[in-house]
Amino acid sequence: MALKGAEIMKMLPKTNCKECGYATCFAFAMKLATGGAKLEDCPYLDPQVKAQLEAAMAPPIKLVTIGTGENTLSIGEEQVMFRHEKTFFHEPGIAILISDKGAESEIEEKLKHINTFDFERIGQKLRINLLALCFESGDKDKFQALVKKAYQTTEAALILICEDTDVLFSAAALCADRKPLVYPITNENMNVAIPKLKKLGVAAGVKGQSIDAVVSVTSDLKDAGIEDMVLDPGFKNMLEGIRDQTLIRRAALKKGFRPLGYPTIAFPCFMYPDRFQETLAAAALMTKYAGIVVWSQANAHFLLPLLVLRFNIFSDPRRPMTVEEKAYAIGNPDENSPVLISTNYALDYFIVSAAIEEGNMPAYLCINNTEGLGVMAAWTSGKFNGEAIAEFFKKYGVADKVKHRKLIIPGVAKKLVAELEEELPGWEIILGPLEGSDIPKFLSEQWKA
Amino acid sequence: MMKYEPPLEKISVNIRETVVGHGEKALKIGGENTLPFHFFEGSLPNPPGLALEILDTEPENWAPSVLEPFEDVVSDPVKWAKKCVEVFGAEMLCLRLLSADPMGKNGSAEEAAEITKIVADAVDVPLIVWGTDMEEKDAQVLTQVARACSGKNLLLAPLVKGNYEEIAKAAMEHGHAIVAQASMDANLTKELNIALCKFFPPEKIVIDPTASALGYGLEYTFSIIEEIKQFGLADKDKMMQMPILCDFGGDCWRTKEAKENREQGILWEAITGITFILAGANLLILRHPEALKLIKEMVV
Ligand code: B12
Ligand code: SF4
Repeated sequence: MALKGAEIMKMLPKTNCKECGYATCFAFAMKLATGGAKLEDCPYLDPQVKAQLEAAMAPPIKLVTIGTGENTLSIGEEQVMFRHEKTFFHEPGIAILISDKGAESEIEEKLKHINTFDFERIGQKLRINLLALCFESGDKDKFQALVKKAYQTTEAALILICEDTDVLFSAAALCADRKPLVYPITNENMNVAIPKLKKLGVAAGVKGQSIDAVVSVTSDLKDAGIEDMVLDPGFKNMLEGIRDQTLIRRAALKKGFRPLGYPTIAFPCFMYPDRFQETLAAAALMTKYAGIVVWSQANAHFLLPLLVLRFNIFSDPRRPMTVEEKAYAIGNPDENSPVLISTNYALDYFIVSAAIEEGNMPAYLCINNTEGLGVMAAWTSGKFNGEAIAEFFKKYGVADKVKHRKLIIPGVAKKLVAELEEELPGWEIILGPLEGSDIPKFLSEQWKA
Repeated sequence: MMKYEPPLEKISVNIRETVVGHGEKALKIGGENTLPFHFFEGSLPNPPGLALEILDTEPENWAPSVLEPFEDVVSDPVKWAKKCVEVFGAEMLCLRLLSADPMGKNGSAEEAAEITKIVADAVDVPLIVWGTDMEEKDAQVLTQVARACSGKNLLLAPLVKGNYEEIAKAAMEHGHAIVAQASMDANLTKELNIALCKFFPPEKIVIDPTASALGYGLEYTFSIIEEIKQFGLADKDKMMQMPILCDFGGDCWRTKEAKENREQGILWEAITGITFILAGANLLILRHPEALKLIKEMVV
């Protein structure tokens, strides 16, 4: 829960000694409330009061990190229930499940996949960040071998899943410096687990059969000084998962209920044998608040839609994605190269420029500033109409770049043709394909300067 | 230890329940007094409606994997409609009157109404009838359709700021429900509903915030639906309590990702659909029967 400056002020020494660098305790309190100062800066705070303030000022959902280096996953510290209220801050992790019971070749295959999965969208890399290694063989050596292999051949963040606490922690010891998540930590094993969690410094995947059961474990772990936890209240299908994850987030955000102020983990891989259903459940559980989804598919066609969904839901609604207005020269165009026009909605620019590159036909791509609106939304609001485009042509001297007089416009913008014929006399307006990705085919079949 | 009390949120108002179609197969949508899937704190009397779309004209440029299930029937809207119901288990259909599109064949309103009547008589499931998305033409087409199919309680779409009056009057006179479309803007949605409710029964209005495909603007639709639902339920705004429709099959199957691979395409559409249901959509128009089946398995 955020504390107000006045509330913080009550707990400060009120001597105005200035050692914190502020003129008064009050000024320091105000700065603390907005996150601009650190409690440590006041040397006179009573340690007990400091602990109290720390607890009260901490974000309602703890930020938990798993893994290291480029593959560090940071989840939690969400502030809202609904994306439109502000934004969602931390993309959930997508973990691929690997069982130690699986055939050697299957394991190899999945490990290889995590290294090679690499999609780009709007200039951003979309990737899987985690492997969930699962003990099912009953053979400790096999599990350890799997953990070692995953540790050595990938840089992924790791989740270790094992009901046998000894096996679990012996495996954790093999990869502790990778900062794995160990799962499950339950009411039954926590007394054994607590010293080991502390010693290895790894995050705890807390499991209970209900939210209540989870609360009793997280409270004890917290008292024992363990901070990094991820929660599994034992939901067994999509519906229960939406319920539990909603209640957990609500309890943390709206009630300031600390024992549930952690991200959650969901296991669609154990819920739905059908891989389409599993994928839909993963999509739903991710959208409704999972911090991590564990998923059994290492298939690109199943993975891509999930990655794109995550990218969409976790994009920031406060900032439209835009690129710079400009007449882009793509692949060394000359005076006979095609001229195309689109908007400065980043998605449009990336789709169209990638399509031009793919078709290997150099072109001028005019990117008109539409304040981040796509073709038709921009057309309707007057930011991508005949007039605006004619102005763009003048400003960037498009007519001087080419000898021909042909302009290719987006296929969805039929309504633009007449306007442009009027505003750009002498230019032939050519309606391109509806879909940006069909541009290569369109150019190779139809372009003549 | 702190005691956990489930932070339930009881809402005292409901989304309106809208009936589409007539007779035994009529479908109800909406009616809930809580968020999607929140059975633990409220009631959701009707599962989301799932309609399959058919065209009155043979489709051009459909990706092979979405054309394939209909290949034998696309030249005949009646056969197409029957296959959707009998083979693919569709409980609702959306007939798209492409033949009347002024940018295309520009057929007359009378012809479009005639085709609609033939399809509506041939199947007993509820029918959404989608015009041309051209304001003026739709005013003619949809009023003709309303008249030709009097009493069938069709769901006529889309009504926009520029043509709602004429179409809604015809719909009222002939007993149909309507789709009020305002793109991506809660205030415009509300304005249009207020204007309609001056003379049209609110329980026969469905909201279309306009939808977009996964990867191509989905996040905008997702958030606008959540926002409208919050206005309707949490803020009890009566003009935001109509059920919500999402139409995105066409946008999904146009994408490079859907065309690339059949399974990926089905998931593209199904994930788009379930995401909108999670946001609060009450009625989806789908294109691929496998996407329909998949969503149904998960949500009904
Ligand atoms: C998301 C969305 C929005 C978002 C905008 C997102 C954005 N960044 O553009 C928001 C919420 C802001 C919005 C606002 C409005 N919207 Co809006 N919106 C949509 C929606 C649902 C999806 C659009 C989208 O993002 N598509 C994806 C992008 C990538 O598509 P695209 O830009 O067309 O690009 C593709 C192709 O055209 C092609 N392409 C792109 N460039 C080029 C170039 C060449 C040369 C070629 C060949 C191809 C090509 O490649 C891309 C991928 O294939 C559509 C409905 C729909 N399903 O289309 C309505 C829609 C575009 N909106 C519409 C309207 C009316 C509006 C508003 C005016 C309504 C209002 N509230 O006042 C406002 C205007 C903006 C404003 N004043 O704030 C209408 C436009 C009506 C029309 N004239 O056709 C639509 C069609 C909905 C409808 N049916 O009524 N909208
Ligand atoms: S150092 Fe502490 S006591 Fe001194 S002014 Fe700052 S807040 Fe007040």
